[in-house]
Amino acid sequence: MSSWFDYTINGLVVGNIYALLAVGLALIFGVSHLINFAQGSVYSVGAYVGLVCITYLNTPLPLTIAIVLASCGLLGILIERIGLRPLQGRTRIAPLLATIGISLVLDQIVQLVFSAQPRALPSQVPDWRFVIGGGSIGALDLLIAAIGLASAAVLFAFLRFTKLGWAVRATAQDREAAQQMGVDVDRVDSAVFAIASALGGLSGLLVGMYYNNISPAMSFQATLKGIVAQVIGGVGNVPGAIFGSLFLGLTESYGIALFGTSYRNLFAFVILILVLISWPNGLFGGRRSLPPEPLTGTFIAPSRPVLLPFWLVVALVATGLLLPVVVTSPYVIQTLSNAWLYGMLALSLTLVAGTAGQISLGHAALLAIGGYASALLALDLGLSVLVAIPLAGLITGLIGTLLVYPAFGLRGHYVAIATLGIGEIVSLVILNWESLTRGPIGITGIPPLAIGKHDFYSAPAVYWLTFAVLVGLALLQRRLLRSPLGRTLRAIRDDDVAARTYGINPNRYKGLAFAFSGFVAGVSGAITAHLYSYINFETFTSQISVLALTMAILGGLGNVFGAIAAAIALVGLPEIFRVASDYRMLIYGLALLLLIRFRPQGLFGTV
Amino acid sequence: MTTLLDVSALVRRFGGITAVNKIDLAVTAGEFVSIIGPNGAGKTTLFNLISGLDRPDSGTVQFAGETVTGLAPDHIAARGLARTFQHGRVFANLTVRENVLIGAHTRQRAARWPALPIGAALEFVAALIRPTWMRDEQELLDQEVRDILGIFGDRLLPRIDDPAHSLSYANRRRVEIARALALKPKLLLLDEPTAGMNQTETAEMKALIGELKRRGQTILLIEHKLDLVMQLSDRVVVMDDGIKIAEGPPQVVRHDPAVIEAYLGHPTLGAAEKVVAAEAS
Repeated sequence: MSSWFDYTINGLVVGNIYALLAVGLALIFGVSHLINFAQGSVYSVGAYVGLVCITYLNTPLPLTIAIVLASCGLLGILIERIGLRPLQGRTRIAPLLATIGISLVLDQIVQLVFSAQPRALPSQVPDWRFVIGGGSIGALDLLIAAIGLASAAVLFAFLRFTKLGWAVRATAQDREAAQQMGVDVDRVDSAVFAIASALGGLSGLLVGMYYNNISPAMSFQATLKGIVAQVIGGVGNVPGAIFGSLFLGLTESYGIALFGTSYRNLFAFVILILVLISWPNGLFGGRRSLPPEPLTGTFIAPSRPVLLPFWLVVALVATGLLLPVVVTSPYVIQTLSNAWLYGMLALSLTLVAGTAGQISLGHAALLAIGGYASALLALDLGLSVLVAIPLAGLITGLIGTLLVYPAFGLRGHYVAIATLGIGEIVSLVILNWESLTRGPIGITGIPPLAIGKHDFYSAPAVYWLTFAVLVGLALLQRRLLRSPLGRTLRAIRDDDVAARTYGINPNRYKGLAFAFSGFVAGVSGAITAHLYSYINFETFTSQISVLALTMAILGGLGNVFGAIAAAIALVGLPEIFRVASDYRMLIYGLALLLLIRFRPQGLFGTV
Repeated sequence: MTTLLDVSALVRRFGGITAVNKIDLAVTAGEFVSIIGPNGAGKTTLFNLISGLDRPDSGTVQFAGETVTGLAPDHIAARGLARTFQHGRVFANLTVRENVLIGAHTRQRAARWPALPIGAALEFVAALIRPTWMRDEQELLDQEVRDILGIFGDRLLPRIDDPAHSLSYANRRRVEIARALALKPKLLLLDEPTAGMNQTETAEMKALIGELKRRGQTILLIEHKLDLVMQLSDRVVVMDDGIKIAEGPPQVVRHDPAVIEAYLGHPTLGAAEKVVAAEAS
């Protein structure tokens, strides 16, 4: 039984750490209806500030904590002031995308300064253990519990007894009304971001000491866990966030006890999806209510798309075809082939995110499904590559649609969270379903691209194949957009309530959009698999999902030509100019931030 | 005369408030019925219940001889019911033409294929192939859109290819009505079509609604501007606090003591209430 006691303690400690993250997310959502995807980045900054204090400055623990709180609080204020305040009054998806951009920038800066290698964060707490019954509690466990309780108490007192705390609660209830009554809502935003970030940074410090290990990669997982905890308790609900965190910590801990470590995150995301579908307002939330009538054009930035004349499209396609004849550098040709593959991904995402209005943050999962499907069809069933690739596209369309189907009832930010969770679930299932996917080893020896007996080894051959597939898919998508079906999809995006009132069944059309989108991404993933000859569960990371979204926004949401142009700009150009990969993510993050701020409709306009 | 809409004992509660309390309402084909009442009386909630956006706690809604209580809005629309929204819900990034074409969504052949995966997949294939019948259908609908927009004079026709977000508020409301007409509705629900309009625009809207009535369109109207209601309605229903407090021909309702009391008794006196008060005195 002693181990159960230990698992419970471990679950509660981890839950406490999640709570520090989730409470901040809840506060921010309450005040500005924003899911802050940069929370995990602040958390990792907190851990690294702690590292600097402990290993270089040799500060005592209380001072370390104070420095982490202060610097992360300041970072939070800066994030709000520079990154988010200029976006007030914009489309509701804008600040969410901005926090993704901020998170990319922060993570990359941390990585550039401290390298991607994990570092040890020595605990400053004595290594005492207190034996209770059959189990034991460490001093650090007690410290984390004490900090969790103390933070909750201080937060409660702040919200309950201080004037600024009242202002925060008033703003959360009704922003406009609070403003009219003289509440300085900008100051409230600042305060909330400062508190949320200070707590988030503290959480990073504690988790670093608890596991004695920190790395820049911890940021993304932390954001996800904070969001899951928050969704369980009801988005924007502070006590709910604490409950959700402890619940999540315990579930994970018992899950590891029963099934092993590699299942740990699977539990978190399965719970996330279940809660989102069954109790979209959280376990403590209220019942269904009719969504308020929106102002017009709240989802995407209204604009007129740039129309390309027919001759220009022909000229561009001809240039693309002739390029390998003129350019002899195989490196450039390979890079452009890669850009065409990303172009397919961008086409796929711009259809669901732009045309149908379902922001997907898990799009890399479609690549993975396509890649694995095609590789396994070719290896295990012995199908020819030429058959396996389109078949993999169809399978991806089908599986992708079925996976997202339960989330079709969700709207706005919740779609982004659900697709993020589904994407993580896909990669965890790939990791754990060893009998089918070969688990962590990955798939080796995937046959190369070939037509009949002719293998496609030469760079120009691969180039022409990928280019032809891309142009073919782009033409299909354009034809779709110009059909009555394209009109229906855009209507659902603009106002799904009005669309339903006029006889449109949104699920039918979202299903079609995800199916076609899945097909396109699946084909891209399949070609990639045959090109690489080796894939594993980490080949298609969640960073690719964010990159795809950046492309879709850069090109103009829903814009077919824009998606391809953005793929060249974001994948082709940095490669050709040999920008180091560390700086590349930084560039993506900055590009996303600048776009949202100064050209939300993208380069070629939303369609 | 056939009963087109038959609402009986409809109830909808929000928390402790009963927004719609045992409402009975019948509309026969060709009739023009108006619902009036102070703000918060439950009029729009009633519309939401009829059009399927909200589900009643009890009671039934029958439309065109079928029980449609609790059906999804798209199913009710497919049976011939169109509505407009109080604050206007146009598709901002669609052009005027596309907005109105969405109104005709349920009349498109491919969209009517059953909602099974097969029907949807066939609709997808048809959209890519675009067979002759589909092109003919779209051409026909396009002509129809022009005819409908023609009703609004030169308000919308010159802007047919402009995105709806670029239109004035009044024009957006007009687009909403045009979109509703494109459904060829058996019953048209209009939720405050003149809200936020100035006198000229209101007069124009009144003429337009009058024209629709003359064409035999069955209409259920929510409206605060009482002269419009009094002139056009065959029958007026008065709601207050979720209850139907009076019903009858405009002239009778106007002098009903219960109605006058409902309006005057309310602590918040709006423009419409003052009109009743003035007319009552």
